[in-house]
Amino acid sequence: MSVTAGAHERIEVEVTVNGVPRAAEVPPRRLLSDFLRHDLRLTGTHVGCEHGVCGACTILLDGAPIRSCLAFAVSVHGRELTTVEGLAADDGTLHPVQAAFQDQHGLQCGYCTPGFVMSACGFLAETTEPDDDEIREGMSGNLCRCTGYAGILAAVKQAAGDLRASGADPRSQHQPEDDAFAGRPGGEHGPAGGDGGGEVPS
Amino acid sequence: MPISRPTDVTATLDALAASPDADLLAGGTDLVVEVNLDRRRPEHVIALRRVTELAGHDTTDGRLRLGANVTYSEVEHDLAQLVPGLAMAARTVGSPQIRNAGTLGGNLGTASPAGDTLPWLLAMDAEVELASPEGDRSVPLANFLTGPKSTARRPAELITGVRLPRVEGPQHVSKIGPRNAMVISVACFAIVLDTTNRRVRTGMGAVGPTVLRSPDAERAVTQALDWDALTCPEDAIDAFGRACAEATAPITDHRSSAEYRRHAVGVLARRALRRCLST
Amino acid sequence: MSTGTEVRPGTRSGLGQSVRRPDGTPKVTGTFAFSSDLFARGMLWGRTLRSPHPAARIRSIDTSIAERMPGVASVLTARDVPGRPTYGLEHADQPVFASETVRFQGEPIAVVAAEHPELALRAVAAIEVDYEVVTPLTDAEAAIGAAPIHPDGNVFRHLHLRHGDLDAVGAVSVEGSYEVGMQDQAFLGPESGLAIPVDDGGVELFISTQWLHVDRDQVAACLGLPPERVHLTLSGIGGAFGAREDVSLQVHVCLLALRTGRPVKMLYSREESFHGHVHRHPARLWYRHHADPDGRLVKVEARIVLDGGAYASSSTAVIGNAVCFAAGPYRVPNADVDGWAVRTNNPPCGAMRGFGAVQVCFGHEAQMDRLAAALAMDPVELRLRNALAPGDELPTGQVITGTAPVREVIEAAMALEPPPLAATDPPADGTMDLPGGAGLTATRADVVRGTGLAVGFKNLMYSEGFDDASTANVRVELDHRGEPLATVHCAAAEVGQGFVTLAQQIVRSVLGVEQVALRPADTTIGSAGSTSASRQTWMSGGAVELACLAVAEALAERAGYGGGAPDEVLDLDVVELLREGPIDRTRAHHHPPTEPLDEDGQGDAHVSFAFAAHRAVVDVDPELGLVKVRHIATGQDVGRALNPQAVIGQIEGGIAQGLGLAVMEEMLLEDGRLRNPSFTDYLIPTALDMPPVTATLIEQPEPGAPFGAKGVGEPPTISSTPAIVAAIRAATGLELPRIPVRPEHIALAEA
Repeated sequence: MSVTAGAHERIEVEVTVNGVPRAAEVPPRRLLSDFLRHDLRLTGTHVGCEHGVCGACTILLDGAPIRSCLAFAVSVHGRELTTVEGLAADDGTLHPVQAAFQDQHGLQCGYCTPGFVMSACGFLAETTEPDDDEIREGMSGNLCRCTGYAGILAAVKQAAGDLRASGADPRSQHQPEDDAFAGRPGGEHGPAGGDGGGEVPS
Repeated sequence: MPISRPTDVTATLDALAASPDADLLAGGTDLVVEVNLDRRRPEHVIALRRVTELAGHDTTDGRLRLGANVTYSEVEHDLAQLVPGLAMAARTVGSPQIRNAGTLGGNLGTASPAGDTLPWLLAMDAEVELASPEGDRSVPLANFLTGPKSTARRPAELITGVRLPRVEGPQHVSKIGPRNAMVISVACFAIVLDTTNRRVRTGMGAVGPTVLRSPDAERAVTQALDWDALTCPEDAIDAFGRACAEATAPITDHRSSAEYRRHAVGVLARRALRRCLST
Repeated sequence: MSTGTEVRPGTRSGLGQSVRRPDGTPKVTGTFAFSSDLFARGMLWGRTLRSPHPAARIRSIDTSIAERMPGVASVLTARDVPGRPTYGLEHADQPVFASETVRFQGEPIAVVAAEHPELALRAVAAIEVDYEVVTPLTDAEAAIGAAPIHPDGNVFRHLHLRHGDLDAVGAVSVEGSYEVGMQDQAFLGPESGLAIPVDDGGVELFISTQWLHVDRDQVAACLGLPPERVHLTLSGIGGAFGAREDVSLQVHVCLLALRTGRPVKMLYSREESFHGHVHRHPARLWYRHHADPDGRLVKVEARIVLDGGAYASSSTAVIGNAVCFAAGPYRVPNADVDGWAVRTNNPPCGAMRGFGAVQVCFGHEAQMDRLAAALAMDPVELRLRNALAPGDELPTGQVITGTAPVREVIEAAMALEPPPLAATDPPADGTMDLPGGAGLTATRADVVRGTGLAVGFKNLMYSEGFDDASTANVRVELDHRGEPLATVHCAAAEVGQGFVTLAQQIVRSVLGVEQVALRPADTTIGSAGSTSASRQTWMSGGAVELACLAVAEALAERAGYGGGAPDEVLDLDVVELLREGPIDRTRAHHHPPTEPLDEDGQGDAHVSFAFAAHRAVVDVDPELGLVKVRHIATGQDVGRALNPQAVIGQIEGGIAQGLGLAVMEEMLLEDGRLRNPSFTDYLIPTALDMPPVTATLIEQPEPGAPFGAKGVGEPPTISSTPAIVAAIRAATGLELPRIPVRPEHIALAEA
């Protein structure tokens, strides 16, 4: 619900998204989540409840995880955003957190996954050597309805170890050449069909 | 919906004067939810995040001032030594993402009876700082909170922060929700054994139209306490729990029943006091 | 039918291995397209006007203001439905739009298409409906005899099962009444779809659903189009759990697209989602169990009343299951089970994971514990003494011909050690492991521990004579590098369970082709049936296997084996054979036929059964009524684990939903109105609520099942709930006859 009917007023928003400067003129009521999804077509950030509970819309704002459904786009003018699209390396190699969710079966339907991945990146930047209880509490701000969380917690644990080994900042785009885990493959299981409808030609 | 983004208090007050019905936007964790659920359609929004004077905290004349823009995360992580009870309360707010966005000023301005920081702030006799073109004033929290989601803030006024006395002594905040994370309080209890002034301070949340305290319970237990040893007779502890419960005026809604809220806050009171005593 | 395929050891990424999901990379990188992510050039946004009243007569609907609003392309009501005015999964009793009578809060009245979502919201608000509010019928027991609130009456189905000697009594009998609240599936991705008009007057719908073909048939009927002019493609699905088995916005969005001639997208908000799909049936249960002094069950009597809400959905199947499985996985020589599913003005109820079995399991397991207490017998021993085994007869008269490792699942659950620090030691003060968590409400002195066991079972796939089938096409060819490539086409809905992974594993194991692509599921191929009832591994897995075997046969023929020797295919030079061109085979897989139940609820109505046992360890703060589940151990009958990691994922996820029903999840209704349609107030478990789970998979291959595998999705949700409540009972000594158990049920019980 982003466009104000009949409102002609638009405000320029300049932000850096995944390291790239982006600018758009948006109505003041535009939610940050809608700005990302509709204006920038970064649909990896999901909206599951639009009242700040489920966490599917979690992104990093200047490195800290926030709910993008509870911020107006104009409120983040001039700031740095990181979304799930900004984590994998340019060659497609998965970020250690993403790879860990794959490895540990930390997803089923996958709707909550980008939010969990972003929460985990923020959490692991603050807590580099988390124990199991800290991981559990750190991930308690996101809802998952499929997994029962076990795979997710195992994924965060794996990622914590991988990130410690590489010394990489989990909030940054993955740089395979700097990383002890370079070459962890992305889609090694061949052509990945069944990935939804994709963009629909009109 | 025009949105103003002032960077100092003066400009904020000018914007407020120009549109006194404007909604003030801090962390967005209450206002934007209402907008998204179509419960509120703001005519004008004034975003406060850039107002630098609202950030941070300082201590002057033995009193602590917390800026309205201080987030729950900052309280939880940076101020745990300074305000331990408030840090306990902040840790129970929503989720890490909500705590990164939500602010003390927002919790005060929304004035929900279930506001998580309010019981402790009430226990501390916090005063709410308000700025306006007519000048600044501060209002004791008990007077500031006038009902469910209603405050003594005048249309032209801005909450700039909250002031508290510095007190020594053990404190505890406990909150009940039917889930172990991300839950709205169905009963909350804050206690401070103010060893500086030798008095017991309390606050109770989600058990009345606003956060409440029980002066009778506080007086009785203050007298019953051995302040040197920090001990208290068992019967006085039990009486304290009962007196706190009796001071409540809870409602029944979809989150809980009045009967449970009253019972629970009495249990919390007893346990919180016991935690603060020497064993 | 057994196809007898051997799985060659060492087949990479084949059956029996924890192969990773093919959609995992797009899902972790955010490129996977959920239905809510779809867009089309020039598309409009649809929005639904819903009744605020649970029961009302509609005097008039005035859409004129909304229609005149700039940017509003179309406003549609019941009079704009060109085809059948109603739809429904089993009985078409639900209007596309309410026109004269409103039967539940949230029932659609009109839809709008506008240039922007916000504008659509304004236009919906501008529609004026004059309601004459009626007192809603909200009590399910009362509905049985009340004046009908629908032309089809108030009773969806009454099934009275009578088996054996109804006059038999046991030396010991125990009686109890139980209640189950209304649970919601609460998937994370709200309903959404994109409809695009097609030049031939038809429509193309991109949709998240559990069953494409039944959606298509219902949509086509309501649009007044032949089914072949309505084409559905499955979009990315943000969870389902039964809630996407019924039509929600499918008809509405297609109507808008056809009327406007433009693509139309609809996307529910979370609040609308709670109103827009069916829920788990609330239940009232009464039981009397009779046993001999040794604890052998003599007779089970039960009365079950399920509140189906305003429309039929799958109520008839849900009460069928509830009656068939009312006594639990035990030998019961005599049974008298009277079951009702009725219509009320509450929200419609239908499919949710484990349906029918979930409700009665809460009752029969509480009864087994009560009986054990009456007999002064160990509840585990009582269950073992009565455990069903192959060759036993169910209360429906059906003899179990497949596997039934009831004893094994119980023994497995009881044998698993809880992790030492998590469960055997009382937790230290101040940790999140205490009931109340970060709320710091308890110290360890305030906490007591309890352990409970529960056992449950359910049918796999569709029952009572339904000809359940699935279709798959497998094509093998050489890719541009000259490597063999298999492509699977099947309409089975991937809702997160991992059918896409399994389909690839089957092809690799049967054909030995490593590279397996999946075409999007759509209606250009035959139906795969619903992704429900734990059926896709068996049904669509079986269809993929049959198609692979047909391909193998064709390859064998090419190689000169004549009569076809599919088992030899793994030894053939596939590359050489495929130089002659692709091979493409489509096969349908039917499970063995079943019978309807007769008037006494007797008959061979089910194909196969899956069993599970759960042992829960909980810590309870009795004074505050707060509960922390500390550990769940489970033994589950899986037939054969085709992807162990995915099976464990289903088990953990299913237990989380069972935990939710046990201690927090309920759609709270007051006079038919939903009081908590948000994630703020409809609470589902977080990571801090879920305990560690340890699972033992009981692998006894099921005769007749493809690869011996049983569906695994539902059993975890069935007996986890009663196990947790049994543990709370053990900790507190309270009866706790209702779920979810709320803090006040414990804290105020003695007052």
